[in-house]
Amino acid sequence: MYVYDELDQKIVDQRVAQFRDQTRRYLAGELTEEEFRPLRLQNGLYIQRHAPMLRVAVPYGELASRQVRVLAKIARTYDRDYGHFTTRQNLQYNWPKLEDVPQILAELAMVQMHAIQTSGNCIRNTTTDQFSGVAHDEIVDPRPWCEIIREWSTFHPEFAHLPRKFKIAVNGAVEDRAAILVHDIGINVIKNDAGQVGFQIYVGGGLGRTPIIGSLIKPWLEPMHLLSYLDAVLRVYNRYGRRDNKYKARIKILVKAMTPEAFGAKVEQEWVHLKDGPMTLTQGEIDRVSKFFTAPAYESFAGDDAGFVAARQDNKGFGRWVERNVFAHKQPGYACVTLSLKHPGVAPGDVSGDQLDAIADLADKYSLGELRASHEQNLILPYVKQRDLLALWEELKALKLASPTVGLLTDIVCCPGGDFCSLANAKSIPIALAIQERFDNLDYLYDLGEIDLNMSGCMNACGHHHVGNIGILGVDKNGSEWYQVSLGGRQGVGASIGKVIGPSFAQDEMPEVIEKIINVFVAAREGEEPFIDVFDRIGMEPFKTRVYAGKPNVRAPKEVADA
Amino acid sequence: MPKLIIDRQIVDNTATLLRNAEDGAFAAVPAQGLVIVPLAQYLAQKAELNARGDVGVWFAPDDEPELLGADAIRLPLIAIEFPAFTDGRGFSIGRLLRERYGFTGELRAFGDVFKDTLNYLTRCGFNAFVVRDDKDIVEALKGLDDFTESYQSSVAQPMPLFRRRQAG
Repeated sequence: MYVYDELDQKIVDQRVAQFRDQTRRYLAGELTEEEFRPLRLQNGLYIQRHAPMLRVAVPYGELASRQVRVLAKIARTYDRDYGHFTTRQNLQYNWPKLEDVPQILAELAMVQMHAIQTSGNCIRNTTTDQFSGVAHDEIVDPRPWCEIIREWSTFHPEFAHLPRKFKIAVNGAVEDRAAILVHDIGINVIKNDAGQVGFQIYVGGGLGRTPIIGSLIKPWLEPMHLLSYLDAVLRVYNRYGRRDNKYKARIKILVKAMTPEAFGAKVEQEWVHLKDGPMTLTQGEIDRVSKFFTAPAYESFAGDDAGFVAARQDNKGFGRWVERNVFAHKQPGYACVTLSLKHPGVAPGDVSGDQLDAIADLADKYSLGELRASHEQNLILPYVKQRDLLALWEELKALKLASPTVGLLTDIVCCPGGDFCSLANAKSIPIALAIQERFDNLDYLYDLGEIDLNMSGCMNACGHHHVGNIGILGVDKNGSEWYQVSLGGRQGVGASIGKVIGPSFAQDEMPEVIEKIINVFVAAREGEEPFIDVFDRIGMEPFKTRVYAGKPNVRAPKEVADA
Repeated sequence: MPKLIIDRQIVDNTATLLRNAEDGAFAAVPAQGLVIVPLAQYLAQKAELNARGDVGVWFAPDDEPELLGADAIRLPLIAIEFPAFTDGRGFSIGRLLRERYGFTGELRAFGDVFKDTLNYLTRCGFNAFVVRDDKDIVEALKGLDDFTESYQSSVAQPMPLFRRRQAG
């Protein structure tokens, strides 16, 4: 993974000093709340229901064990002994004290971590495939490009105060696990027929209250022009994106208003001036960054490990975990292992200080000291030998990190919701827990196959509910919490936005509603057909009929304007 | 006399900034002294204003530097308004004036300007800052040095870090 030199370190250290000064001036009354707010947000610090919330950047999801130990120590020292992995591959602390934040940042800086631009109207943490560098279907490792984008976007002077937040995702594999089509900019790293690397640039995708799939505006961009082209896109957005209404301020609204063709043409017009300028990448820089992401010294194996193959057959529990939580590696004899942060009874993505320490030890023992965070709020060990899988599984079970449910109905993606977030209209965690409790039979879950269930506590859509096969959105109606259900969303190459099934439901109805939806699916399913295929085949109507059949006419109060 | 920062020095702000009347009419330009007129007024009265040599132009965030174009190099001073420091359009205007239109005179930021924005502003080409009058201008000056290293190409440092790393 990338290692800072003294210049990278200096920039992060100066940020710590700057934020220490800003916090001091705020507490001394020299900065008003209104002035401090955008400044602290650009350092990932929200003021939430109970306390500040600090979002720590995990650039493109890569973590080293020594960093995880510091995250554990911070959780223990400054928080209530846990952290929460988010849908942007970052880690949030829910209970730090404002006065402690400069010191937390200083401790993070000692292991080359920070909270820069994890919130606010600026370029956010770039995200990518959690299996980058190790995925069996990878075309180009996206991580060097993510790091090049990280450096370009860090304290970019021109784009520090954009109309709204700005999220970039990069994919380099056949299957798009980075959800690039629902990002402000989505970058597909591809190879042409001659084997040369280039980029496809999509803009204007996004979720939130106006979900839109991104449009391809540049089918082929040569690598050396990546940053000058991004500068051109951002400049057009910075100048012309709407600033009068925060709900219309994302780039997707500008792209839609101009049309993708006209937006792309405007970018080209701007790019003519920037192309071949100082931001043109040099081969030396591409090589410098790439060498941090070369393959480790793998042990050489002829093929699958015989002991592993046998154990998978003999041990049902292990076999099930392998099927769900182990992902095929590009190197023979190795595996990528997902540590599920979806243990029943624990909020999705939450992890305790002790678990973090134990995970760091496991990373050292089994995975060359490296980990990844996924946007599905799980952790990954990317370099596990197949022959170690059984022992690792035993250790993970003891740590409650081995729920064999990755990709299944109960692998719920979920924002912190109304329990913590001051933006939320409704709670999300208790609903997730209630659904997990209802579907606690592993055999049944396993038979149901892959179903993405995503939940957000408000229209900001941090839980990416639009792209869940089943999406749940918390809505506020006259002060009470209701839940809107959508079906048919999906992420990846064929990304699509789910459609709302009908009027919202009360909290206590939700497990029943999900169960009815699942029953319709099971009745209509042919063979091993996945949920989403069944939905595509039979449409919304059978689900709607079942869910609302015999429902007493207890309707929620009139929906609020934004629901 | 109000103060401002020019090239890291705190000096008197002697300029008069003209705004249109409420009905949109241009204000009368004083016969003498450094005066800063709105972009639209400059474009309308370019011939007589250019003859003076002590007239600057100011931009609102939605004014287009393209409209000024090559005339930028004639001007001694261009000022850009930041109605709120969170409105980043002025950053792009600054860079365009410097990098595309070759403006080398004083580039001044005014409005919601204080310590925490000066570093970004400098990197976008600004060398003069009218710090909000309820903020400490001496304290603000220190903000210029919040960061001494940066990744990108900017007006203050055209060579991005990756080019300097290789050279070094």
